[in-house]
Amino acid sequence: MTRRIATVALALLTGVFAAACGGGSQETAAPPPPVENPVDPATAGSVAGKVTFEGAAPKLSPLRMDSDPNCAQQSATAPDESVVVGGDGALQNVFVYVKDGLGSLRFPVPSTAVVLDQKGCRYVPHVLGAQVGQRVEVLNSDPTLHNVHAVPMANREFNTGQPIPGMKHIHQFTAREVMVPFKCDVHPWMRAYVGVLDHPFFAVTGADGSFELKGLPPGTYTIEAWHETLGTQTQMVTIGAKETGTVAFSFKSTP
Amino acid sequence: MLLHLFAALVAAATALLIFAGGLVTSTGSGLSVPDWPTTYGWSMFTFPFEKWVGGIFYEHSHRLIASGVGMLIIALAVWLWRAEPRRWVRRLGYLALAAVVTQGILGGITVLWFLPDPISIAHAGLAQIVFCLTVTIALVTSPRWTRGTPAGDRILQRIAPATTVAIYVQILVGATMRHTDAGLAIPDFPLAFGQLVPPIWTTGIAIHYAHRVGALLVALLIVATAGHVLYHHRARPELWRPSMALLVLLVAQITLGALTVLSTKHYMINSLHVVTGALVLGTSLVLTLRAFRNQLVSGAEAVRVAA
Repeated sequence: MTRRIATVALALLTGVFAAACGGGSQETAAPPPPVENPVDPATAGSVAGKVTFEGAAPKLSPLRMDSDPNCAQQSATAPDESVVVGGDGALQNVFVYVKDGLGSLRFPVPSTAVVLDQKGCRYVPHVLGAQVGQRVEVLNSDPTLHNVHAVPMANREFNTGQPIPGMKHIHQFTAREVMVPFKCDVHPWMRAYVGVLDHPFFAVTGADGSFELKGLPPGTYTIEAWHETLGTQTQMVTIGAKETGTVAFSFKSTP
Repeated sequence: MLLHLFAALVAAATALLIFAGGLVTSTGSGLSVPDWPTTYGWSMFTFPFEKWVGGIFYEHSHRLIASGVGMLIIALAVWLWRAEPRRWVRRLGYLALAAVVTQGILGGITVLWFLPDPISIAHAGLAQIVFCLTVTIALVTSPRWTRGTPAGDRILQRIAPATTVAIYVQILVGATMRHTDAGLAIPDFPLAFGQLVPPIWTTGIAIHYAHRVGALLVALLIVATAGHVLYHHRARPELWRPSMALLVLLVAQITLGALTVLSTKHYMINSLHVVTGALVLGTSLVLTLRAFRNQLVSGAEAVRVAA
């Protein structure tokens, strides 16, 4: 009887642990991505535009890095990149992508890797994009150790240590997800965001706030602009053969 | 006497470990060392000191203190097994050993599974059980334990354990609040969004508010218990001393809880709030055990002491 109770308790405990770590989920094997790009280059167009910040840019205090002398030696502080506004209100670090409109088109996975570097105890770049299955290389260019902790919702969470400078961690995401936050628990000011898509039509705004999504087939698209603290906005745009559609986004701080 | 002093040292080390654990959560350093039981591939005992930077300092210190406490509890269990004549006290040692081993495994699992709330809360709750076990062993191995006349107060034997259980439940609610990141779900104090009862409800607000209501209930129980002791047992220092300590710790704990909110969870205040909670629980447990001393001290032991 005691053994039976113990077995039932063990089974319940195992169930709780499995549920706690999401052990019940199963992934179905997706068909391999195509080798050829399905878009005819003779008709391909693009969507371009600019993202701006409305109103006065927030004044953000720099982030102290003195909890690690190796970081503080490089720079006492790191800039707060949660809102970066340039000249004429240009908003940097906005992930702009085709959210909808590509139908059943499937795209090849680039053979080149995207690189997320840890340099000066910051993630460089702060926002980037990658395709499902594409290699994401996380480098440690710092003279200190980092842990690379991705906290996705749709993909598998991982947390790996890079105790030696020059170490590289390669990861391939298996599902579309906008966005996957990256953090370093050793240096809590370090944050990066990776947009994972099943197509190549994404861009991150630079210092001038501009973006361009090239090589789109003619059609009507939902374009979304994502910002880490200001939220998301969507717009519809229609482009014909060889045309460039223009989209402008304007964000402002929510009270 | 030596055994008692050693047990008291183990209890103090366990309180220090709870404080170190509080620092890990309060600084968000729980995953700054991604591997376990190794530390960035090193044995935790040979991990270079110059690499104890940022969040690693808190997480790695916690692991080393935990290892130290684990070894102390092994030594305590062996000592009790070899030298303690009372079977139930020896069993407390074995139980403490089993609890601290389980606690270590829970700590490892919570890191490897990215801090799932149920495991992290269980880790926090079991820490208090380990502390209570070490406090109990330290108390019952004290030479004073068997001296004097037991209290035998039926009312005290009802309210003291009720208070201890209520404090433990309150600590579990607090742990749930910490690990679900609801510590600032209600940003003001003593009111909640400027009102006595929150005008809006989310899971985080409900957990946070439950912790505040729990604090009120626990405070009432502590005042009732201490008031009863101070009124009826003024001549019994073994009862009024922990009662006074409970009142002082209660004031400190409520102050720390308020400051945790008002300082937007300053890591040191937050961690002191965690360890003071353990001290409130431990003190209430001491009072409870002394209230039941007439039942815990067996006839044989009483005769031996009298002889």
